Amino acid sequence: MSTVTTADHHDEHHDHKPTGIKRWLFTTNHKDIGSMYLIFALVMFFIGGAMAMVIRLELFQPGLQFVDPQFFNQMTTVHGLIMVFGAVMPAFTGLANWMIPMMIGAPDMALPRMNNWSFWILPFAFLILLITLFMPGGGPDFGWTFYAPLSTTYSNDTTALFVFSVHIMGISSIMGAINVIVTIVNMRAPGMTWMKMPLFVWTWLITAFLLIMVMPVLAGVVTMVLTDKYFATSFFDAAGGGDPVLFQHIFWFFGHPEVYIMILPAFGIVSAIVPTFARKKLFGYASMVYATASIAILSFLVWAHHMFTTGMPVFATLFFMYTTMLIAVPTGVKVFNWVATMWRGAMTFEVPMMFALAFIVLFTIGGLSGVMLAITPADFQYHDTYFVVAHFHYVLVSGAVFSIVAAAYYWLPKWTGHMYDEKLGQLHFWCSLISVNLLFFPMHFVGLAGMPRRIPDYALQFADFNAFISVGGFLFGLSQLIFVWVIIKCARGGEKATAQVWEGAEGLEWEVPSPAPYHTFGTPPQIK
Amino acid sequence: MNAKQSTLIGKLSLLVVAMFAFGYALVPLYDVFCDITGINGKTAAEPVSAEEAIVDTSREITIEFIARPNQQMPWIFKPEVRRMTVHPGEIHVMNYLAENPTIRSIVGQAVPSVSPGRAALFFHKIECFCFTQQYLAGGKDMLMPLQFYVDPALPAQYSTITLSYTLYDVTAQWQPDEHDNASEFGE
Ligand code: HEM
Ligand SMILES: [Cu+2]
Repeated sequence: MSTVTTADHHDEHHDHKPTGIKRWLFTTNHKDIGSMYLIFALVMFFIGGAMAMVIRLELFQPGLQFVDPQFFNQMTTVHGLIMVFGAVMPAFTGLANWMIPMMIGAPDMALPRMNNWSFWILPFAFLILLITLFMPGGGPDFGWTFYAPLSTTYSNDTTALFVFSVHIMGISSIMGAINVIVTIVNMRAPGMTWMKMPLFVWTWLITAFLLIMVMPVLAGVVTMVLTDKYFATSFFDAAGGGDPVLFQHIFWFFGHPEVYIMILPAFGIVSAIVPTFARKKLFGYASMVYATASIAILSFLVWAHHMFTTGMPVFATLFFMYTTMLIAVPTGVKVFNWVATMWRGAMTFEVPMMFALAFIVLFTIGGLSGVMLAITPADFQYHDTYFVVAHFHYVLVSGAVFSIVAAAYYWLPKWTGHMYDEKLGQLHFWCSLISVNLLFFPMHFVGLAGMPRRIPDYALQFADFNAFISVGGFLFGLSQLIFVWVIIKCARGGEKATAQVWEGAEGLEWEVPSPAPYHTFGTPPQIK
Repeated sequence: MNAKQSTLIGKLSLLVVAMFAFGYALVPLYDVFCDITGINGKTAAEPVSAEEAIVDTSREITIEFIARPNQQMPWIFKPEVRRMTVHPGEIHVMNYLAENPTIRSIVGQAVPSVSPGRAALFFHKIECFCFTQQYLAGGKDMLMPLQFYVDPALPAQYSTITLSYTLYDVTAQWQPDEHDNASEFGE
C-alpha cells in the first residue's frame, strides 16, 4: 500500500498543471476527468433529450406530421443509444472518478493515463454515431437493441459506423471498469476494510465487474452483425444455417446485466444520501452489500424474459419467469433498508434528499411493472407495447437519472465550494417530479390498451393520452434547463460551503475542504 | 505500478478476452443445446439411414406441411398435399413443387423447422432437398422430394407434427460443389 501512495505522491510535486485546452486534453487528474465525464453526460442528455422531443412532437397527434417514419425510427434508436451509453453510463463513471478515490482515501485513480484515454475516446464514438444521421441513408434505425435481421439484412449502409462507435463505447467502458476495480482493490487507505467501504464504492465495484463481463459480449455481437452484413457470415441468417433468435440470446445476455449496470451505482448514491438527511446510520449495511452482489449474479440468469414471445418452450419461460421474480427479492431488501433508515430519523428535505425519495418511490413503481412483465402469459399482452416503455422509463429516468441528479446536488458543494441555490433546486425538483409522471404514467394505460412501441403513428383512440404524454415530455425537457442554470450558478459563486457541507454527512470525502483541492489524500488518512 | 497491481490488471484483461470469446462460444453452444434438447424445432442437418424401424400401426400421427418462400425469394414453393396421416416407423415420400417464375437462374436453400419443437428429435429425414442448395433456371419448375419417417419412440402426447420450410434465395452465396444439383451453374 505504502509503495503505491509514495509513487503517486511524486506527481504532486511537479504539479504545474497546464492551462487552457491542454489541461483538459492531457489531464490525468481524477477530478478533472470526473468533471469532463459529467459535463459530457449532461451534453449527451440534452442531445438525446432533443431527439425525445422530436419523437413526442410527432406523437402529439395521430398521423404523420413532422418527420417521416424512417427518420422517426432513427430518432428512437439514437435516443436510446445516447441515453444509455452517452448519458447514464458516463455520468456514473464521472461520479466514480470524482468520488471513489476521495471515499477510500486514495490520491487518484490507479491508472490515470488510461483514465484519460477512456474519457477522450468517448466524444469520438458519439461524433461518429451522430454524423451518420446526416449521411445518405441516415443513421441506425433498428432500435437500440439492433435485432437481426433488422440490423443485418434490412439496415442501411451506415451500419458499419454504428458498429464502430459501439466498439469504441465498449472499449471506453471496459477501461473505466478496470480502473475502478484496480483502484478499489489496491488503493484503499490503511484501515479501509471491505466492510467499511461506502456503499457507493461497493456498488461501483460490482458494477465494474458486470461491465467487464458483458461489454465484451456486446462487442462480440456487434461484430457478428458487422460480418453478417458485410462479410457474408451467417450467424443470424437462417438461409446460411444461422438463427436470428440467437441474436436475441446473445444481445440480452449483455442487455439484462446492462440494465443493472445502470442502476447499481444509483443504489449506492441513494444509500449515501438517505442516511445523511435522516441523520442515522444506513440500516442493514451488510445486507445491502449482499443484496447488490446477489442482484448482480442473478442478472445473468434472467435474460430471456425479453424473449417470452419468441416461441420458447414452456419450461424455459417458467425458468426465466421465476429467476426474474427472484431478483425482486434483493431489490425489495434495498427498498426496505432505505425506508428503515428513515424510520424515526431526524429528516430534512434538501434537494438531494427530495430526488432520493422520489427515486425510492418511482423506482419501486418501475420494479413493480417489471414484475408484471415477468409474468410470462401477461407479457404476451404487454410485450412491445408502451407498457414496456413506461416500465423502463420509470427505472431509468425516475430511477437512474434521478439518482444522478441527486448525486449532483449532493456533491456539487464539494466540487465547486459553493452551495447551490436551494430555491431553484426545489423548483427543479417539483417541476421534474410532476412532469416525469405526466410523461410516463399514462404510457402504462396506452400500453395496456395495445399501443405498440416504436411507431410514428397510432390508432385514433390513443390520441388524447398521447397529447397529454407529449405535454408532459415537453415540460420535463424544459425543467432540465433549470438544472443547468443551477449548476452554472453554483459553479460561479454562492454561499461558501463548509468541509462537511451537510450536517449529517459522514465519510472521507467530507473531511477534505470544499471545494476539494486538486490533490487530495497525498498521504493516506487514518481510518478508525 | 507495483507487482500486485499488474497481476490484477492482467487477470482483468484476461477476463475481458475470455468474455469476448464466450460471446462467440455462445453460437456453437446454442446449436449444441438446441440439438440435444430439440427445443428449437431444428431437425438434423444430415440424412439418417433408412433403418428397418418397426411400424407402430396402433398410432396415427398427422403431419402438416407448410412451405413458404422468404420475402426476397421469387419462387413459387409448395408441398403436394397439405397434410398426411402416417404410422410411426413408416417411410413416406412427400414432394414439394418449386417453380422459378423469373427469367434468371436462382439458387434456393430451404430451412426446416418442426413444431412442437421437441418433436423435432423424432422426425427423421432420409432424403431431403433441404440438405443441399437447389438450383433452378429461369422459367423452370421441379419436384423436390423429402423422404421421412416418424420415430416410434415419439412421446404419446404428440399426435400432430407440423413441418415448415422457409425457402431463401442464396444465389449470392452460392458455391458450386459436387453435392449440388447443378454444378454447371454460373456459366
Ligand atoms: C424488479 C426488477 C425488474 C424486473 C422484474 C424487470 C423485468 C423486465 C421485463 C420482463 C422486461 C421485458 C418486457 C418485454 O419486452 O416484454 C423488461 C424490459 C426492460 N427493462 Fe426491466 N425489469 C426490472 C428492472 C429493471 C431495471 C432496474 C432497469 C434499468 C435500470 C430495467 C430496464 C429495462 C429496459 C431498458 C427494458 C426494455 C428493453 C427493450 O426492449 O428495449 N428493468 N424488464
Ligand atoms: Cu431484463
